[in-house]
Amino acid sequence: MDGLLRGRLIEATTQPQPQVEPPTPGRLPAWALGAIPLALIAVALVALLTVGGDTLGERVGPPVEEIAVERTVLRPGEIELSVRNTGPDPVTVSQAFVNDAYADYSTTGNQVGRGGTETFTLDYPWQADSPYLVTLVSETGATTEHEIPVAVETPTASGGFYGLMALLGVYVGIIPVVLGMLFLPLLRQVREHWIRFFMAVTIGLLAFLGVDAYLEGTEIAESGTGAFGGAELLFIGAGAAYLGLVALDRFLRARRDRASAAGTSAFQLSLLVAIGIGLHNLGEGLAIGSAYAIGELALGAFLVFGFALQNTSEGLAIVAPLSAQRRPSLLRLASLGMIAGVPAILGAFIGASVNNPELAALLIGIGIGAIVQVIVQLVPTIRDGAGRALYPTSVAGIFVGAALLYSTGLLINA
Amino acid sequence: MPSLILCFDVAMEKTSRRKFIASGGAAAAAIGLPLAATRSGGVAAAGQPGRAASAGGGAMKGHGGGAAGPTFRKGQIVDHAANGFNPTDLLRDFDMGRTSRMASGRTLREWEVVAADKEVEVAPGIKYPAWTFNGRVPGPTLRAREGELLRIRFVNGSAHPHTMHFHGIHRAEMDGVPGVGPGLIQPGDSFVYEFDAEPFGLHLYHCHAGPLAEHIARGMYGTYIVDPKQGREDADELMMMMNGFNTNFDAEGNQVYAVNTVAFHHVNEPVRVRRGELVRIYLTNILELDPINSFHLHANFFDFYPTGTRLEPTELTDTIAMVQGQRGILEVRFPSTGMFMFHAHKTEFAELGWMGFFEVV
Repeated sequence: MDGLLRGRLIEATTQPQPQVEPPTPGRLPAWALGAIPLALIAVALVALLTVGGDTLGERVGPPVEEIAVERTVLRPGEIELSVRNTGPDPVTVSQAFVNDAYADYSTTGNQVGRGGTETFTLDYPWQADSPYLVTLVSETGATTEHEIPVAVETPTASGGFYGLMALLGVYVGIIPVVLGMLFLPLLRQVREHWIRFFMAVTIGLLAFLGVDAYLEGTEIAESGTGAFGGAELLFIGAGAAYLGLVALDRFLRARRDRASAAGTSAFQLSLLVAIGIGLHNLGEGLAIGSAYAIGELALGAFLVFGFALQNTSEGLAIVAPLSAQRRPSLLRLASLGMIAGVPAILGAFIGASVNNPELAALLIGIGIGAIVQVIVQLVPTIRDGAGRALYPTSVAGIFVGAALLYSTGLLINA
Repeated sequence: MPSLILCFDVAMEKTSRRKFIASGGAAAAAIGLPLAATRSGGVAAAGQPGRAASAGGGAMKGHGGGAAGPTFRKGQIVDHAANGFNPTDLLRDFDMGRTSRMASGRTLREWEVVAADKEVEVAPGIKYPAWTFNGRVPGPTLRAREGELLRIRFVNGSAHPHTMHFHGIHRAEMDGVPGVGPGLIQPGDSFVYEFDAEPFGLHLYHCHAGPLAEHIARGMYGTYIVDPKQGREDADELMMMMNGFNTNFDAEGNQVYAVNTVAFHHVNEPVRVRRGELVRIYLTNILELDPINSFHLHANFFDFYPTGTRLEPTELTDTIAMVQGQRGILEVRFPSTGMFMFHAHKTEFAELGWMGFFEVV
């Protein structure tokens, strides 16, 4: 054995080693080298799926019955639940009761397969504005409770409903952003260190929005069934948005370099800020729409006023990079405002009609990623002559921005 | 294998729904077809068309739903054949045991009671892993006459140790509690409890092994009646035990409430009695986890005899409350025909299954 190894070693060291092996006849093409392991993996997986499970024997303990209500629709005299099986075993729902009273229900099938969904429509005379606890009882007697905090008839997707959502989106998205952009003439007059201050204010605003969205997103993600994940959806959305915007930035920069058109960088920065804020407003519209759908939204002057005040600062953030520019065209300004504001309308539609926590978490995550990317973009604009990002004026600006959002946020809650 | 059974269940379910829709509600109830085929055990039930047809209850088919009140999913009933007992039959099933005359001239009355673990469908589609006496919940209604010598041979066929603890007057070693006399009767073992039938009245028996709450909640209880020497007036006699099932075992109240185990059973199969005839109800509360149960009869009043140990009623009423183990005899004559509801006047229990009808004919 020892001699054999040594012999091989000598052989290996004495023979000249070719740097690149010459292609031998009959060698498989690259695609086949990829396809063969893929096919083998597929065969192994199928084998494991069909035979492998049996080798481990039966699971110890009773079947795991995990179902969760994904969506609740309230119609007069009816409670409709969309139930998803989030566990490893099929679950058979045998009966249902609402607030400790059994109720008749209709469904296409009692059994909810693994990963599958089933709709149960309960015949129950619910009263508006009351809380309800719906309990589904499985064939083994296990119970799954679903809380309806306040019963409000689910809005149907009619023209009037979409009109209302559009109006909400205009109020909280477009109008405030456009109002904030009116500061542009002022910004063009002030001196450079004031511009840096306003950019720092913008960073503070956005940082606060990001933290706020993260906290809200975590809460929403945890309220879901978990079938499609929870808080990680925030990070998936944030990562996708951040990297996507970085790629967009690089792409625009490359085009600009080719065109070597000096002076477009400021507009490009504005555009990126507008996109970032737009993605954030998508999440904000979503929150408003879903709150409206479950009757939790206090529609009123404070909501509109609060959002207007808050999102006005978003308009300021969009135009701040343009302060040193030649006068930008109105069309360009309007399109920036639309990019930042219109997603709020879209978000309100989605939130009010889909009302799915997982989707909401993903979209809010996208908003967070966009905000982080915009902050990274804005940091160079607050650097002073010495190249520092943090100095008394910028720190004050960041603080003012955060405080502005904090205090206007209080108005919305009120 | 379990998944196969589940698939079968669903297949039966769909079949029965289709049939139900196709034949229309009223017609379906009359022929009893969908009711028999509702669960997988429907195959067995279908072999007894008489039972299945009576299960419909005709007039009461439409009760409940929406504002009309609580109900299980419409068109579903429990598979009594698979359970091995129908609560309607338990009402009037008094087990008199085997009697013989001793040398002294005194009557010796003997029973054999077997403990067995058994799955019981307590509500349509909800199976409860019960522990039973003689394979039913409540256990057999043991009935004797004051002064007789009673021997109950208890055989533990269950996988758990149990006892039989009787309410009544007896020696300490016959009390059926752990650590006294024979104590726990282990699986496979047996013991003969022996005592005099006293005092006359309405009593109960239950397992007293620990944890006590679980052994009672699982279904190990039954009614024990001692008739007075002189007897009672002839009547249509009914046994009712108010019970419940904590199906998710969270020990925080029950999900299913009933008399004689199957929830809403007497909504589907009203208790049929005759107008003007004396009806005597031996009513016991054995409900575990909830402190108080109650019984309310609609549109009629009854004489109430607490524990049945006196021959004079204490009260004429339509509602009585009972803690666990409390019991009493109710006597009522229905002056008119019709459907009369009875239920716990704890409406939560009523709407979770403890509700039924008397059908006076």
